[in-house]
Amino acid sequence: MSAAAYSSAEMMAIAAARLLRNDDVCFVGIGVPSLACNLARLTHAPAITLIYESGTIGARPDVLPLSIGDPELCETALTTVSVPEMFAYWLQGGRISVGFLGGAQLDQFANINSSVIGPYDRPKVRLPGGGGAPEIAALCRETYVVMAQTRRAFVQRVDFVTSFGFGDGGDHRQRLGIKTAGPTLVITDLCVMRPDPVTKELVVCALHPGVTREQVSEHTGWPVRFADPVDETPSPTEAELSTLRDLQRRTTEAHARSVYRGQTPSAQSDAHGVGRGQTPRAQPEGSDPLDQSTRAMEK
Amino acid sequence: MSLNAQLLSLRDAIAAYVPDGSTVALEGFTHLIPFAAGHEIVRQRKRDLTLVRMTPDLIYDQLIGMGCARKLVFSWGGNPGVGSLHRLRDAVEHAWPRPIEIEEHSHAAMAAAYAAGAAGLPCAILRGYAGSDLVAHNANIRSIECPFTGERLAAVPAIRPDVAIVHAQRADRAGNVLIEGVTGVQKEVVLAARHAIVTVEEVVADLRAPSPNSTVLPHWTITAVAVAPGGARPSYAHGYYARDNAFYIAWDAISRDRDQFTRWMREHVLETSGSVDAVA
Repeated sequence: MSAAAYSSAEMMAIAAARLLRNDDVCFVGIGVPSLACNLARLTHAPAITLIYESGTIGARPDVLPLSIGDPELCETALTTVSVPEMFAYWLQGGRISVGFLGGAQLDQFANINSSVIGPYDRPKVRLPGGGGAPEIAALCRETYVVMAQTRRAFVQRVDFVTSFGFGDGGDHRQRLGIKTAGPTLVITDLCVMRPDPVTKELVVCALHPGVTREQVSEHTGWPVRFADPVDETPSPTEAELSTLRDLQRRTTEAHARSVYRGQTPSAQSDAHGVGRGQTPRAQPEGSDPLDQSTRAMEK
Repeated sequence: MSLNAQLLSLRDAIAAYVPDGSTVALEGFTHLIPFAAGHEIVRQRKRDLTLVRMTPDLIYDQLIGMGCARKLVFSWGGNPGVGSLHRLRDAVEHAWPRPIEIEEHSHAAMAAAYAAGAAGLPCAILRGYAGSDLVAHNANIRSIECPFTGERLAAVPAIRPDVAIVHAQRADRAGNVLIEGVTGVQKEVVLAARHAIVTVEEVVADLRAPSPNSTVLPHWTITAVAVAPGGARPSYAHGYYARDNAFYIAWDAISRDRDQFTRWMREHVLETSGSVDAVA
């Protein structure tokens, strides 16, 4: 049987999922991290503990959440704690084994920028900001970074350090009193990188199938080094691909279901609106600007 | 002042407790975001507010785009899972519709700052911001030495808003409030603020708190309760209605363009009387 066709984005999610273990306690961000963590849970790591910063501990969502606090997370979690408790007891308290991070920019010492492109006070692009990431980067026992690899995103030096990786390299973490391992792996759509044990510069340790060293160099904004030897990431299995695609299909379908209609309360197609005496109201379709803009975006 | 929380209309509650220039925290971590209250602030054309919120979300995107805010204190300013908050970006990048001052934190620090506010402490201490450039751009991020171990720790001032506004599932007739699901910083912000307005899905005779450990805010911690069914949409109210993820996705296109945003706000907020409030 020939290997199934797959995209580089699928390879990235699958490579990241494979790193997770059944006994991991994982602090999960939205996007590829959430995809990878749930893929791990649905394949080789069914008992993994997924924690989202909204306070949900042990979430087992059937579809991927759009936000870190979707109802699906709270409804399937073992327990839900307050946000101050989440950050103080669970993250700062040292209970998290793996934190998953992404960002707009990553540099050769795995520092992450998710704040601004350009100067902070007059930014060219104002990005969302750090959220939980600055402390996730410092307080999880280790972190994995998952990001699509482009020359614009993988830069020699980030414009702004939102989340500290290895700073200027070497023992910079230790000098700041940080006791955790930091970013031990970077998983991209082309390869896997690992910090050099001494200098902490990111070094390519595995190429995804069919990817060349030249491609990786072209997509990296610093003269990237390669380990000797460089491994090849095993191709996705049929089971990994079908689980990933089912999860993404369920998610897309769920997120397209609209409940809200401007200012008019409406319980239609709202599974959670029943049971409290709310009566679903009929709502005219087709004249709604929300529906139109949703359709326009789907093109 | 009455011992019980006042049961007010949302219009009267906002008019009485959200003066121009005040520091306001509309909280709700993805869940129970008080949209109806935010829209009433827009309708009453409040100005020069300092808006405090961990995740500005669509509600502060709307308030900022309508020119209500002078300053924003926040820790993550995106449209969750979708991308940018375009009105926030336009204000920061191009000063539209007016310049906005920002004070940027991490989630851990803001959560700790609310907890310190609730605890009556002047500041919060945390093991935070290690190596982050945020420290150089926010004078309210400082450090303190542990008197016992000598460890350097981050310190941020407690958050003490003039008024906290949260949404909750229900209140009883005395004004005791039950919050279920993702509780976020709801309890902390109410206890940290000088005044607290709580919008609820419904007022009931019996709160039906499901457990002795349920999150209940006693009526004497709350200034005003206003009934606003559906008042958290398009976010959600656990047990009542789901998060409208399709609207969060649609907001990207609505908010990208200044004119389209303004039109949407006029049609869906300014030219409504807050019909959400009127439905009992």
